Amino acid sequence: MNSFFKVLRPGINSTFQDLGRFGLQHLGIVASGCMDRLLFCNSNKLVGNNLSEGALEFAYQGPLLELSGEKVLVGVSGNVNFNIEKKSGELIQGTPNESFIVSNGDKIDILSTINSVYGYFSIFGGFNLKEIKGSSSTLVKAKIGPNSGNKLKIEDKIFYKKSYIKEKTKKIKFIIHNDNIIRVMKGLQFDYFSKKSQEDFFSKEYKVSNLTDRMGMRLEGEKLENIVSKNIKSEGITKGSIQIPGDGKPIILLSDHPTIGGYPKIGNVITADYDKLVQKTPNTLIKFKLVDLPIAEIAFREYVCQF
Amino acid sequence: MLKKISNIGDCGIACDFGDEVSKKTNKEVIKLFNFIQDSVNNKKIKGILNYTPSYNKLIINFDLEEVRSQEIIEFIQDRDFSKIILPEHNKTVEVPISYDEEFALDIKRLEEKTKLSFKEIANEHLSTDFFVYMIGFVPGQPFLGDLNKNLNHDRLDTPRVKIDKGSVGIVEKFCTIYTFESPGGWNIIGRTPLNLFNIDNKYPSLLSPGDTVKFKFLTKKEFLSFKNE
Repeated sequence: MNSFFKVLRPGINSTFQDLGRFGLQHLGIVASGCMDRLLFCNSNKLVGNNLSEGALEFAYQGPLLELSGEKVLVGVSGNVNFNIEKKSGELIQGTPNESFIVSNGDKIDILSTINSVYGYFSIFGGFNLKEIKGSSSTLVKAKIGPNSGNKLKIEDKIFYKKSYIKEKTKKIKFIIHNDNIIRVMKGLQFDYFSKKSQEDFFSKEYKVSNLTDRMGMRLEGEKLENIVSKNIKSEGITKGSIQIPGDGKPIILLSDHPTIGGYPKIGNVITADYDKLVQKTPNTLIKFKLVDLPIAEIAFREYVCQF
Repeated sequence: MLKKISNIGDCGIACDFGDEVSKKTNKEVIKLFNFIQDSVNNKKIKGILNYTPSYNKLIINFDLEEVRSQEIIEFIQDRDFSKIILPEHNKTVEVPISYDEEFALDIKRLEEKTKLSFKEIANEHLSTDFFVYMIGFVPGQPFLGDLNKNLNHDRLDTPRVKIDKGSVGIVEKFCTIYTFESPGGWNIIGRTPLNLFNIDNKYPSLLSPGDTVKFKFLTKKEFLSFKNE
């Protein structure tokens, strides 16, 4: 019954996440949760879990895990290069988005995400995670979440809820939209920016910088000129808001964003394009396209059809 | 008064109470905040995920699978807030503070700028009934006001890389308490040993928007022997 995965290498930024921790932003606690909702839900589908079950999110390089215990059904979702090292020494190249069985002593080596940032690792029945305020999402900077709010570390043990399998392996086929057009609605302070900057924002390309993490994505490109005020009265922040600090370079606020902030916002990424955005690796060029609420809502309906 | 409701992307709305930053404006924001919180708790409206008050706005985030912005806007606009009486949510909290020079990193600069002595600054701070305008940026960090005009001062030109947890800072008419070690540009006048945030508590933040804070003087010795419950 004491089955677990031992962490032989933690990866760069491996944290447990679910769909988010809600209802506490007025106390300074951001929702957090998985960065790429579609891949996260797919990872649960692969192993027959409820879509909101906590899974392990990794970025760029994932963990190397060794199973100690009964055989289990697991899945890796995303565009991910990984190997399964059998106890016998046999090395099998893993297939993402297809669940598989691992046995005692087998290792799963998640080498890297390919042309993307995030991927997910899930297990039939779910990991044994301590829920904090109704969620197993991790906010590392405030040490909130399972694993004492920390990223995975070497030697950590990952326990799971069920040490039997009552589910068949399966494949999930889905389309990843990896064009570089990100649809945006006008932000609350859109009118703070000069006509030229408003046009630049929707016509020039912006480059994803390497100052990008779960909190935010900094962009490089045409500076945006604020003609009203470089600061606003601090106000609540929404995931996907694009704020423009005094230096004129956009920062897109992502899942672990500060809960309030005082920079003007030129736009907001629509929900349907958020997953696509967060998977952009540094140096990718992206382009923003202006849409209105009805189009964003239609796009959202199409987005949720994939779940 | 609620002046305008705007969309923030496809799953957020901003309720804007005008440009003034005053307790009067903020109390209206908090009234709407309390109303939304009660409506969520009593399941009078579905799909609301977060509601974040600030000085002059309430931002509401929702699950687009459950509710659309138009439904929430109508839910708010259909009500006459002048006629709604809500249960009293707010409380007064005493926050102990030591102004010891080890903690009061910016007191010399403030003495020069304000032409007040350390003692006068501390007394002014201690005699103020602070109103909690909002909580946030990081978990549990309160933004309090209003300081008397003679203590109003700009933020540091170069923010500090690291400010210790519990540090109390002032900028303009506002006062804040750092609940986590973090960078920051506020003028630091003292430190509290009181833990304002603990995620394991039923109410993780000691303070809520709309509460009142009174600071209470501690000697350094009392600071060092202070025990959080």
